[in-house]
Amino acid sequence: MPGFDFSNYNRNAALHAQGMPLPKATSTGTTIVGCIFDGGVVVRFSAIPLRPSMNLFPHPIKPPLSMIAADTRATSGPIVADKNCEKLHYIAPQIWCAGAGTAADTEFTTALISSQLELHAMSTGRKPRVVTCMTMLKQHLFRYQGHIGAYLVVAGVDPTGTHLFTVHAHGSTDKLPYVTMGSGSLAAMSVFESKWKAELTQEEAVELASEAILAGIWNDLGSGSNVDVAVITPEKTTLKRNLIKPNEKVPKQQSYKFARGTTAVLNEKIIKKSEIGRYVSVQEVPLESDKMEVDS
Amino acid sequence: MAAMFSQNPLMNGPHYATTDAPKTNNYREHRFYPYTDNGGTTLAISGADFTVMAGDTRHTAGYSINSRTEPKLFKIGGTTADQHDATIVLSVCGFAADGNALRDQLDTICKIYRYRHGKAMTANACAKRLSTILYGKRFFPYYVHAMLGGIDEEGKGVVYSYDPVGSYERETCRAGGAGGSLIMPFLDNQVNFKNQYAPGSGVGHDLQERERRPLLLNEVETLVKDAFDGAAERHIEVGDALQMFILTKDGIEEKILPLKKD
Amino acid sequence: MVGKDCVAIACDLRLGMQALTISNNFPKVFQYGDVFLGLTGLATDVNTVSDLFRYKTNMYRLREERSIAPRTMANLVSSSLYERRFGPYFVSPVVAGLDPKTSKPFICGFDSIGCIDFAKDFIVSGTASDQLFGICEGLWEADLEPDDLFETISQALLNATDRDALSGWGAHVYIIEKDKVTKRLLKGRQD
Repeated sequence: MPGFDFSNYNRNAALHAQGMPLPKATSTGTTIVGCIFDGGVVVRFSAIPLRPSMNLFPHPIKPPLSMIAADTRATSGPIVADKNCEKLHYIAPQIWCAGAGTAADTEFTTALISSQLELHAMSTGRKPRVVTCMTMLKQHLFRYQGHIGAYLVVAGVDPTGTHLFTVHAHGSTDKLPYVTMGSGSLAAMSVFESKWKAELTQEEAVELASEAILAGIWNDLGSGSNVDVAVITPEKTTLKRNLIKPNEKVPKQQSYKFARGTTAVLNEKIIKKSEIGRYVSVQEVPLESDKMEVDS
Repeated sequence: MAAMFSQNPLMNGPHYATTDAPKTNNYREHRFYPYTDNGGTTLAISGADFTVMAGDTRHTAGYSINSRTEPKLFKIGGTTADQHDATIVLSVCGFAADGNALRDQLDTICKIYRYRHGKAMTANACAKRLSTILYGKRFFPYYVHAMLGGIDEEGKGVVYSYDPVGSYERETCRAGGAGGSLIMPFLDNQVNFKNQYAPGSGVGHDLQERERRPLLLNEVETLVKDAFDGAAERHIEVGDALQMFILTKDGIEEKILPLKKD
Repeated sequence: MVGKDCVAIACDLRLGMQALTISNNFPKVFQYGDVFLGLTGLATDVNTVSDLFRYKTNMYRLREERSIAPRTMANLVSSSLYERRFGPYFVSPVVAGLDPKTSKPFICGFDSIGCIDFAKDFIVSGTASDQLFGICEGLWEADLEPDDLFETISQALLNATDRDALSGWGAHVYIIEKDKVTKRLLKGRQD
């Protein structure tokens, strides 16, 4: 558990009361989405079995798959702080998490739970479960009453199947087949609501999630830049970083290189590594020398 | 503390004209906010015999885009509504509704002037008149950063920039609005060669400043495009398209260039 | 700012209380071995945090018998700031340096609670950050040689601080290369 240090809290409250503005935190005013899909390999009742024996198992032979996606813009107020940040966080090999809200909170909360889940998996000797991860996240966030501003989409595969959850900063959770979060959630949800269905191949699902993220990128000012996608199947997780890059910076019309000597310099000091001995004395310790005298 | 993120992005900004903030007493205080910020950036540079006015065409409210094609640049004082023979351009950014009202008011005044005097208003006369219009609403201002561009009586390019209550100044270049603070230092450096010295002209304090020269039209156009590309990269309210008016003694040429749309 | 096999870090020299200038020689860039840390924000916290990291990097050197790498420094800064999530230091740090193994340039920035912003081009921080974002976006280009990078970062800093009432009064610029570090004092407006 993190031990937060509150020793500056009273000082900061006093400074704020005197009119000092609070520092702006980087916020991933974000579009993040997640959905589950059958991967196009499910054998259904209607499927004609090749051999009579297969008819014994008319249920899906493979669990559904899941995926999450995110844009890559991080903002500080109206300014873009990071044009290509990573909002898909690793929790466990088969559990990944997309984060919106206060950037530092999503980063550290997921890292903390990832660490605890790894230890938990080691002590139980089992693969970590998505519900466990979700429960640990919600209990952690609920304890901080929403002050940890992490809004998360958790997705993964474990021995019990494929799962997809959302976790809000106050600790509430949802379990749905397709979810969106962040400031671009409405734009992204409009795509899911009109196009999502359970029967999707992996390519179709990636396409759909990308389209949902793109809806956020274009129509929500808090979201922008590129599309990241992570597909989680029982076999492996594939992180497609910058799958779509629709916002490459346009090349400048001219170079703005300055003539050398354009800036007025009043003083110059060069410290060369080779001359570092002038500032510090370095003494080689012979390796073969006698052992240091220590009290035994 | 840190910008807490709300699930409903509409609640984050000044989107509703009225709010009902709960009070500690038993009554609610209703408020009416007459202003909103519609974002956007404008830029004006005057040259030896031309003026370039530019602005992006994005119109925003909070985290939403209202329009990707809403101009912030307006031709003023032509004989007809299509402004084909106008010689002055007004740019406004800030609160778009006030900007439109200001544009209509100034245009009407210019047209009446033309009707009464049988000639178009000069740029400096129009500039002074705009100042009095703005100051006339000193206690309920037009919430805009206005700029006026034209050609003066000597044939030189002019740019006037205003604060919301009518204080104005003739300048060689000015960037205003949401991305103004991002573009302005770039302009100081590249238009007025600020902080640049002539290499080899001395040592330390004896170094001579780089000699200033008026920029050519194509150099200015290049700077404007690069300035807006930079602002669109880093400011969320800047983007979609760049509208450019090039004012010369022969009239006004319009150019529309693409900007980032995310 | 990142250049070709080099990085640059620069700061202005003003220390002020709102509009009142207290000192015109208050550097905000600190060197810890081969890693540089820039700190903007509340001056008391700039001092506290710079001393804290002096202590932490010295302890690291004693324990590990090597000086700290920029990427390690970034994670140290990040976790140290996030520890004070609910009572933060009012600083926004910038880390710059060359990777000791690969000599690749490394820069990153942080918000006051430790969210890392890894960038391939430039990082800005402080009261003139808007101005710096704009002019860096305009002036910076990839693969600048050390001497060209010096001109670009200096022009960016000077012109940005001239448009910010709370920054200025000269500047320090460090150009960090594999075998040497060059520190220059710039002439800037004294108003």
